[in-house]
Amino acid sequence: MPLRLKPKARDLARTFAATAAIAGLVATAACGSRAGEETAATESCVDTSGDTIKVGSLNSLSGTMAISETTVRDAIALAVKEINAAGGVQGKEVEIVAEDGASEPTVFAEKAEKLIREDCVAAVFGGWTSASRKAMLPVFEDNDSLLYYPVQYEGLEASENIFYTGATTNQQIIPALDYLAETGVKSIYLVGSDYVFPRTANAIINAYAEAHGIEVLGEDYVTLGSTEFSTIINQVKSADADAVFNTLNGDSNVAFFREYANVGLTAEDMPVMSVSIAEEEVGGIGVENIEGQLAAWNYYQTVDSPANTTFVEAFKAEYGADRVTSDPMEAAYNSVYLWAATVEKAGSFAVEDVQANADGVSFDSPEGTVVIDGDNHHVTKTARIGEISADGLLYTVWESDGPIEPDPFLEGYDWAADLAVTE
Amino acid sequence: MDLLVGQLFTGLSTGSILLLAALGLSLTFGQMGVINMAHGEFIMAGCYTAYVVQQVVGDAGASLLIALPIGFLVGGVMGLVLEALLIRRLYHRPLDTLLVTFGVGLILQQVARDVFGAPAVNVSVPEALRGGVDLLGVTVPKTRLFIMALAIVAVTAVTLVLRFTPAGRRIRAVVGNRDLAETAGISSRTVDAGTFFIGSGLAGVAGVALTLIGSTSPTTGQSYLVDAFLVVVAGGLGRIKGAVVAAVALGALQAVFETYSTASLAKVGVFIVIVVFLQLRPQGLFTLRTRSLA
Repeated sequence: MPLRLKPKARDLARTFAATAAIAGLVATAACGSRAGEETAATESCVDTSGDTIKVGSLNSLSGTMAISETTVRDAIALAVKEINAAGGVQGKEVEIVAEDGASEPTVFAEKAEKLIREDCVAAVFGGWTSASRKAMLPVFEDNDSLLYYPVQYEGLEASENIFYTGATTNQQIIPALDYLAETGVKSIYLVGSDYVFPRTANAIINAYAEAHGIEVLGEDYVTLGSTEFSTIINQVKSADADAVFNTLNGDSNVAFFREYANVGLTAEDMPVMSVSIAEEEVGGIGVENIEGQLAAWNYYQTVDSPANTTFVEAFKAEYGADRVTSDPMEAAYNSVYLWAATVEKAGSFAVEDVQANADGVSFDSPEGTVVIDGDNHHVTKTARIGEISADGLLYTVWESDGPIEPDPFLEGYDWAADLAVTE
Repeated sequence: MDLLVGQLFTGLSTGSILLLAALGLSLTFGQMGVINMAHGEFIMAGCYTAYVVQQVVGDAGASLLIALPIGFLVGGVMGLVLEALLIRRLYHRPLDTLLVTFGVGLILQQVARDVFGAPAVNVSVPEALRGGVDLLGVTVPKTRLFIMALAIVAVTAVTLVLRFTPAGRRIRAVVGNRDLAETAGISSRTVDAGTFFIGSGLAGVAGVALTLIGSTSPTTGQSYLVDAFLVVVAGGLGRIKGAVVAAVALGALQAVFETYSTASLAKVGVFIVIVVFLQLRPQGLFTLRTRSLA
């Protein structure tokens, strides 16, 4: 027995030594990065001496999110191409370093680190799911670098190192509720997938409803991807609400809308307001099941403006006439232009200069003029309610009076006071 | 009160969907003991069969009727190939079968993604099946009535085949006692292949029918797989009767729980009931008395 114990003891000692060494390394690294934060600008490895400047494009090119995120990559590439054709940024040609986030938040964090440290990019564009953004946030903060995030999300976030060019809740969900209230809706039924965005959205909707005298007749969640809606539809039908607010994601929408149409509910007697259905999803649901229903976004391919006509034409010329443009694509396209404009204004690629000069930078985008808010790093956006038409596209039926100031923590809304504190 | 009556129908219809998805599995898993994780992908193949047939035929009603037998063939042939290439070699290694078929399922999903694209495709519902029928004050969608009818037809057909045809007798003989059946001159390999063909074919049929209510995308099969296994396990291995009762019971439970809570909580409730039930009765609702020594 003693003979056996000895090597074991030695192993133990070795393990302890190794653990101690690793702990030491981690501690040093942590100190290093903490010290680095203060002198980040001088430490940054971004090379501004040549004729080109590198930026990162980090999107899921594989996995479940690939279908959505490759469209965003295309929009980013188009914006970069146009900017280069117009003389680049600060006279330098913009060069894209593309990476695949593989629909995995951890891969997003890893690749973001690689783009910042090894490729030395001046800024990164991309990300889609909130999980991927939350995973990348500490990487960008620790390395003091910049991320431009192009998708509407649940709000309650404002990082110095992220610019949010998609809508926050007060630019999408609240206008959608305003619209419903305006059209005389007195009671609503909430249906959503069971994860963070619908839960947050419905918390906001409940607070709004309470403050505006709208009755919430029911609130139901299904697991992501669920296709069993008969009970929920029965309940929705017998609740007889004036409208349904739908935060379902992905495939569940197909089963939901088919069942909805099958029991005889129509857009006329109980309209459904959706926040996750864009041009792309309508095909899979079958336009006959969803025609006339409503969606809330900031941009549709059909938006009538010279800037949008140019954007849609350029996009189709680049990628094919059968392609459609969607809200996140447009927000990603804008984000590249906003970054370029901020750099021009600052006269520098340095992160601190971009941050210092971001406030008030604007771009005449396809959805209308967007302006960066320097305090919360979101942009002003015009809210639009769209109606799904027989050709599968969405047409604006209502839009806000000009762009709405971003308010990610809903500080400007008295009724939302309790919600903001939760974060 | 209306709602509760409606929930009765909902339970029945949810049950018939579960049953349709689980019927094939009750043959391959229940009778043969093969854990086929790619069963969901056979359902998905049925969904895409319905899509392709509709693209070719055009008319939604005709294409549905044509797609049902074709879906059976597509699922069945896929099952045959899988059985011949992989499962046959792994009959005595259930864990390996599980892993291998899981891998096959992933491959099939990716193939569907490459061929048809990741977003869901639309299979139109025939005009005759749109809308609903009023029964006792609740509207029951016609698509669900159709699925109920199809489930009844499928169960009846499987029962008749197993009970009255020579092939069915051979299947029951092999399930009862493989060695004795072989001694009696039955080729258990042929029977295995045949059983797998029918079981997988039923998955294809289920897929065609499920396009009426759900989406058709590469991950469609996944959403039915777990429920299908639950039905077979709760019903008891080797008994079609068990699958029928379990499917209806689970459907009703889900519907009732859902009335008083939310859909995701109802799912939790159903799982808890199943866990408790299997603690009390690990063999499931019905058991097959075999003369096998194993």
